[in-house]
Amino acid sequence: MTKTLKREEVVAARGVRVTFGAVKALDGADLVIHAGECIGLVGHNGAGKSTIVNVINGGLTPHDGSLTYSGREIHGISAARANGVRCVFQELSLCPNLTVGENARIMHAELKGWTWRNRALSLVETQLKDIFPGHSIDCDSTVDDLSIAERQMVEIAISFAGIDKRPKLVILDEPTSSLDAGLAAQLMAYIRKFVGEGGSVLLISHILGEILSTSDRIVVMKDGRVVADRAASEFSTRSLVEAMGNVVREQEFSRSVAARAGDAVLSMPPRRGHGLAFQAWRGEMIGLAGLGGHGQTEALLDLYLDRNSNWWPKRQREIAFVAGDRGLNGTFPLWSILKNLSIASLGQLATNRMVDRAREETLGAGWKQRIEIRTPNMENRILSLSGGNQQKVLFARALATTASTVLMDDPMRGVDIGTKQEVYEILRSEAANGRTFIWYSTEMDEIRLCDRVYVFRDGAIAAELVGEEITEKNVLAASFHEGDAA
Amino acid sequence: MKLSSGTIRLIIPAASLVLLLAAVFYMQPRAMSYTGLNLLFNLAVPIALATIAQMLIMSVNDLDLSMGTFVSFCACVSATFLQSSPALGILIFLGAIATYALIGVVIYVRDLPSIVVTLGMSFVWGGIAVLILPSPGGTAPTWARWLMTAKPPLVPMAIVASILIAAVTHYIVMRSSFGVLMRGVGGNDRSVERAGWSVLGLRAATYALAGFFAVLAGIALVGLTTSADANIALRYTLLSIAGVILGGGQFVGGKVSPIGAVIGALTLTLAGSFLSFMRISPDWQIGAQGAILIVVLALRLALNRLEKREKSQ
Repeated sequence: MTKTLKREEVVAARGVRVTFGAVKALDGADLVIHAGECIGLVGHNGAGKSTIVNVINGGLTPHDGSLTYSGREIHGISAARANGVRCVFQELSLCPNLTVGENARIMHAELKGWTWRNRALSLVETQLKDIFPGHSIDCDSTVDDLSIAERQMVEIAISFAGIDKRPKLVILDEPTSSLDAGLAAQLMAYIRKFVGEGGSVLLISHILGEILSTSDRIVVMKDGRVVADRAASEFSTRSLVEAMGNVVREQEFSRSVAARAGDAVLSMPPRRGHGLAFQAWRGEMIGLAGLGGHGQTEALLDLYLDRNSNWWPKRQREIAFVAGDRGLNGTFPLWSILKNLSIASLGQLATNRMVDRAREETLGAGWKQRIEIRTPNMENRILSLSGGNQQKVLFARALATTASTVLMDDPMRGVDIGTKQEVYEILRSEAANGRTFIWYSTEMDEIRLCDRVYVFRDGAIAAELVGEEITEKNVLAASFHEGDAA
Repeated sequence: MKLSSGTIRLIIPAASLVLLLAAVFYMQPRAMSYTGLNLLFNLAVPIALATIAQMLIMSVNDLDLSMGTFVSFCACVSATFLQSSPALGILIFLGAIATYALIGVVIYVRDLPSIVVTLGMSFVWGGIAVLILPSPGGTAPTWARWLMTAKPPLVPMAIVASILIAAVTHYIVMRSSFGVLMRGVGGNDRSVERAGWSVLGLRAATYALAGFFAVLAGIALVGLTTSADANIALRYTLLSIAGVILGGGQFVGGKVSPIGAVIGALTLTLAGSFLSFMRISPDWQIGAQGAILIVVLALRLALNRLEKREKSQ
């Protein structure tokens, strides 16, 4: 590996720390990318992949550690771009209202002058032909009119294109998530060609076959740190999955043996026409696992809307929903803690369609004691609580209803460990009382609490794990494609 | 040749304008003349300019509720300062345009809702307009009067001006690099920012350009009416928004069409005359105008759905 050492450093992040509140997104991560190599970056949810990508492309300034481009320490998006760093993001980041050529104009400031339209078109068209020979994209159409796969192809092509100088480093965050196998293979072949010509690529993918076949070196991240950094040839699918997970962990809970009585309370046919069907019985705690954004939230919403019309909600609801993004669709920021708690059960609290204040207060006092909401007065504003306590209120909102089924959309994001333990206890006792919980979580510890786990991949259920099968290794193995894509 | 979705979106506004025009000609054949057309579309020129200004603001996902009072303010300045001391008048207009740019900056930096800020500004503009011209009066600058009453051969001035406005703004908004970046901000400002552009600068420039077109609307209006009044253009706020929407624009997403916006403004003006020709009493005219709007917008929604269904197949 002496050859690698002599190569030019394109980007070097050393000892980078980034914290969001109490959450350490990056905890001293090192990532050095040399010219002419393709690095595969893998890790489970929350391992810090996206954060380190944002640090390298200049979108985030690290709170600690050094970040150098070709040996010079500079920060900011424009500095990163000036040093030839380009990024294809996981969520598509083209302007949907513009044509393909116009999007190229936005990404490439060098396209100036009177004839930029023609030059932008020829730039994108040649690059598309280079990467995806035989494609049939009309570069004059607006991005809106393209299919998801075509949009991703266009974005990749625009990022690899160069007018005066070629990009030095292209970061590809799940570039094949909406490409079929043939297109993905074309892309992987192009990456090898690009790397052979001296460029570098940072490849993030959940398809381990791609990573293993395309990368020169594989970096494994976990809990904001780099835990393995070796040549790709030293890894196999198995050893990669093992490197991502914890080897040994104690099992804190003994699961209740699920006694399935009667019919399933909720069921759903296989999603997107493949994979497994979903079924839930009374008193079960079911985990939805897999990498973030692989269809878990959509599955929860479908389950909810299946029982509850979007147009005319029923008065007696049998299903409750705990939202994941507190700020976006959880709390009413201007309301008191009590109002935030009782909003879902106003129907039970009302007499003659008027809210019975006394009953509302009793309900609030009861839940305050039961889940220990740390506040002197339930009339205080919800925002006076810490994030974890706000989340407890949202749990209480769902549990205070008469709903027999509770859907949870990764509700523990950014909640401290003490609060989590308290909520786990409550969930356990409620499940023992016959409530059904369906819990999408990106955290392995929570998934391991469940009686049964469905692992999602590409929008469908890829595996079902029961009881002792629920281990980090099994979940990881099911979330990542083992198959060869390239 | 495959039609682009932008062209398809222009079909409905153009068709409704033609239909309305045909109905007017059917009821009043004498309108089918040089003078007739000029009279029908005269007042459309300032509305078209204001609609373009509103469209620019809407292309970056904002809404300007001060359009009416700002055009009134500009009309008052045109009828007084611009006429008596042109240098001072131009200076005031430059200040007003700079204020528009500043509003754009404040809305972006402080992350304020544009509706609230511009609603507040509408009282500021209205107040200044009353201070300048407490009672209706003033005189139009002779050149503005000449421009608006000019009689070019074959085609009346109103039509020439509309075509000119549509062509110039189509070039700025749809063809130029600046227009692409501006619509890019409306479509996905994060990606514009990630590409290294200053979204702040782009928004300020967009607002300034909108202010410029609103100033032109004020001058054109005074050129037609010869005198001004602090409340002369209050209804332009809603007319301009309706014009943009009628012309195929959308409230969010940076989907705008300058040609459509001008057609929308012409349609709105024509709808008023059409109702008069129908001998609908003025009491019912506003309601009937609303009904026309609803019909056209319903047609557009239906077309959008059709388009979406075709795409998903």
